[in-house]
Parts: sequence; C-alpha cells; structure tokens
Amino acid sequence: MEHTLTVTSSPHLHCGMNTRGIMLDVLIALLPAAVASVWLFGWRAAAVELVCIASCVASEFLTRLILKRPQSVGDLSAVVTGLLLAFNLPATIPLWQAALGGVAAIVVAKQMFGGIGQNFVNPALIGRIVLMASFPAEMNNWVSPFSGTGADAISTATPLANMAADGGTGFGLGEMFVGMRPGCLGETCALALLLGGVYLVARRVISPLTPLVYLGTVGVMTWLLGGDPLASLLSGGLMLGAVFMATDYTTSPINKTGKVVFALGCGLLTVLIRQYGSLPEGVSFAIVIMNILTPLIERATRPLPFGQKRRLRRED
Amino acid sequence: MANYTQTFTKGLIRENPVLRLVLGTCPTLAVTTAAMNGLGMGAAATFVLVCSNIVISLLRHIIPGKVRLPSYIVIIAGFTTIVQMLVKAYLPSIDQALGIYLPLIVVNCIILGRAEAFASKNNVALSALDGLGMGAGFTAALIIMGSLRELLGSGTIFGWPEGGLIPSITIFVLPAGGFFVFGILIWLTNRLSKKLEGDTARRELTGRVCAACDTGGCPNAAICSLAAGEAADAEKPDVKRRESAHE
Repeated sequence: MEHTLTVTSSPHLHCGMNTRGIMLDVLIALLPAAVASVWLFGWRAAAVELVCIASCVASEFLTRLILKRPQSVGDLSAVVTGLLLAFNLPATIPLWQAALGGVAAIVVAKQMFGGIGQNFVNPALIGRIVLMASFPAEMNNWVSPFSGTGADAISTATPLANMAADGGTGFGLGEMFVGMRPGCLGETCALALLLGGVYLVARRVISPLTPLVYLGTVGVMTWLLGGDPLASLLSGGLMLGAVFMATDYTTSPINKTGKVVFALGCGLLTVLIRQYGSLPEGVSFAIVIMNILTPLIERATRPLPFGQKRRLRRED
Repeated sequence: MANYTQTFTKGLIRENPVLRLVLGTCPTLAVTTAAMNGLGMGAAATFVLVCSNIVISLLRHIIPGKVRLPSYIVIIAGFTTIVQMLVKAYLPSIDQALGIYLPLIVVNCIILGRAEAFASKNNVALSALDGLGMGAGFTAALIIMGSLRELLGSGTIFGWPEGGLIPSITIFVLPAGGFFVFGILIWLTNRLSKKLEGDTARRELTGRVCAACDTGGCPNAAICSLAAGEAADAEKPDVKRRESAHE
C-alpha cells in the first residue's frame, strides 16, 4: 500500500505501454476471429476485411493530411476500426459498400470530432449503422457457413431472425459456439471472440467488468422474459460487441461504477430491442446509445476527493 | 447605393440565414430530401419573407411595441395562407412533398427574425431588399443541400435521370444524412465567409486591392504597402467599425 502510493519527482519510469501497443494487442486478440471468419465464409471474408482496413487507413491518412493535423495513422487505431467494421458486415456485401462504411466510420465519426480519443461514439459501429440505413438489402443478405458467397451460396436466416419468427434459433448451441451459423463475418465464432477477450484481459488492455456485466444482463433479462439465455448470448453480435466494442476506451466510462452502469444499460437496451424492436438485433444501437450517455454516466459516478461530502446541487 | 447592395448581398453568404445564422433549421433538414422540394420551400418562404418585410416596415410606426410579435405573426400568417392556397391550387406535387412544412412557414424563425431585427427598424425599400437577399440565401442553401442529398441518396438531381446517375446511398435522404450534409455545408460556408471578410477588410483599408495579393504569388509582398496595411488591419480588433458599416 505504502509502496504504490509513493509519488516521486520526475523523471518517472513508465511501463512502455502506448496507443500503438494497445492497438496491436487488440489486433492480436481479433486474429482468432479473423481466421474463423475465413474458415467459415471463405476468402471473400478476407477480401471484405482487407477492403475495410484499407479504406479506414486511407481515410485516416487523407483526412489528417487535408485538415493539416499531425499524422496519426501510425497508431494503428484505423486498422482496428477497419477490422471491427468488417466483422460487423455480412460476407456478401459489395466491396465498394464496405469501403464506404470505412469512410463513414473514420471521417464522420472519428476525424470530424478531432481524431483518436475525441470521438463520442464507436467509429466502427457508426460505419455499420450508416451501411444498415443505406443498404438494408445488402446488409441482411446472410449465407450459410461453408457455402461460399458465389452462385451456389445458401441464403438463410440468422438465429435471431428465426427466434423472432418462431421462438427457436434453428441451430444447436455447440454449432453456435464455434460459429457454424449465418451472421456477420466476425460475430459468429464465440470461441474465437472469447479467446481474444481472455487475451485482452490477461494483457490488462480491457477490464473484464464490462463484458461480464453486459453478457450477464442479457442472459438474465432474456431468461426473465422467457427466452433461452445461452442461445441469446451466442447469437447476433453480442459476443463481439461485449468484448471489443463496449470496452472501447474513448466511448465508455473510466471507473468501475461507470463501467457497470454502462454495461447494464447496454444489456438492457440489447434485450429490449431484440424482444420488442422491429430489428432482430440491437447490439450496435445499444452500444451507440450508451456511448452517447457516457458523459452523463461519468458525471454521475465521479469519485469524490477523500473527506468531501456529496452535495445535492453541484455548482458546475 | 452601396448600402442597398450590401443589404441584399449579405444574406447570400456572409449572413446566410441557414448556413451562417443557423435559423430555420427544421424546414431545412426536413424538406431537402430532393432538390425540387428545396426550391419549392425556398420560393414559398422568400415570397412570405419579402411581403411580410414590406408590410411590417410600412406599419413599423403604427404597431405598438408591446404587441409587436403577435402583430408580426398575424401578418406572416396571412401571407403564408396565400402561399399555401396558391401552391395547393397550382403545384399539388410540391404541396404533397412539403406537407406540414408549408403552413409551418408561419413559425419559420428566419421570417420573424428579419421582421424583428430589420423590417421594424428600416424603410420599405431596404426591408424588401433584405427579405429578397435573405430569401435568396435560404433558397440557394436549400437547393444546394437538396441537390447533394438527392444525388447521393437517390442518384438523381431534380428527378433526372430516370434510373439514377450513381447507386443510391439511402442514408442521405434520411434525417441523419441531412445532418451530415448540413454540417459540411456550414463548415464550407464559414471558410468562404472568412475569406470574403478578409477581402472586404483589405478593400476598406486601402480602397483598392492588388490582384497579385489574392493569388498569393506576389514577389513584392514583403515590401508592399498594401500587404503591410493588411497586417496592421489584422492586428487591431475593428469588428465594431465593420459592423456599423453594414447597417
């Protein structure tokens, strides 16, 4: 205790962790899911991922150049955004639409607000939402794993669409755990996503609090509403969202209480949209809505200096 | 004469009601899903704006200060009703497209704003010019926004061509896309306006402006008296003087 609280004058030692290192860790954590996406959906998945990454990196580079701001493309955050965006798209999406999503994510959601650390919502999710609003047909064109994306691809409904239609997912829990179900590129293989999540927690890049509370809330809420909690955890983009999107530093609260409130809100909104909304899946909207509420959560959960009493009305 | 010219031109860019004063945002975002709607809305609002400015300016010594806002609204509502009936009779398709936003011209804050800020203090000719300039700025902004949103969102401009020039990106005809285009246009107008203001300041100071200075490629810039004057102008905050010149 004494040791950790000792503050010395500069120069300080630091652990060497920087933005690029964190982003590299996230990329490593995303790798299993990327491999799984190619295994499940074929080389087309790799093409979508590469196009998204290229589009995001190019957008980042060009926007910084045009706005005459210091170049930030080397911190790899655009690569992470690109890969996460690709993970949120179906394998059949036309490549130019995927590229457009990257532009929307980086230019509109990130650079217009000042670049890394300044965006108020998750850029990859904004890219996905822009594409969902713009190209609803292409964004809901699901194919079965292992059937490719060509002429003989098998179009099919996702587990969540099945659930909305007749209550059952139509897939076994084991199948869903390893990702053998239709869905977005990176969201289907829960096993790979969990591996990535464990790596990030072990490297102390993310706190396990957010994903656990988020998943727990969705499970409990689904169970209370009479659904199958395990199936609900393994379907849609929940695993991807809980591990990689809701834990974004910039757009989620800093302290533990805030993280719990944030994750609870994400979970509640996800279940409410899934159960009562017109869309089958609500993870992206739930996280974006909670992103927007993050400044309020931060204010409400701000820790007090020792000995100070919480006043009913704050001056600020 | 310069006063009259400025009264008209200030509404186009420097005090563009939508893009610089950020008034009338609701109709702007709501109706600009197509260029034609923007034109219709702009023309209707301009008509109401010019007519109400003229009448309010004529009545400016008669209307008691305490009840001026209700009086303005009654006058504006009268002209709005005329426009609404005309559009319903002769342009039913525009009437369909604008829907509730046509009668809502009554509460368009550009019109009430000009009545309060300009027509109630200036003579009839100036007020009419002010209304015309502000209306032109409003219409231009709406047409530009409508064209961009229609081109990107539906692939057409003024409904041409049939199949669309480019594949449509639906979000641009949705409200979210409206805000994207709106924000980018405000940014561009601010930059343009800043540039124009710089030119005006230089012209005011020196009475003339060197063409080579505008292109920025003048080899004598370092020893030029005009350029030196510009630097001195930039240092002293003469916002007040410039504003009074506009009135």
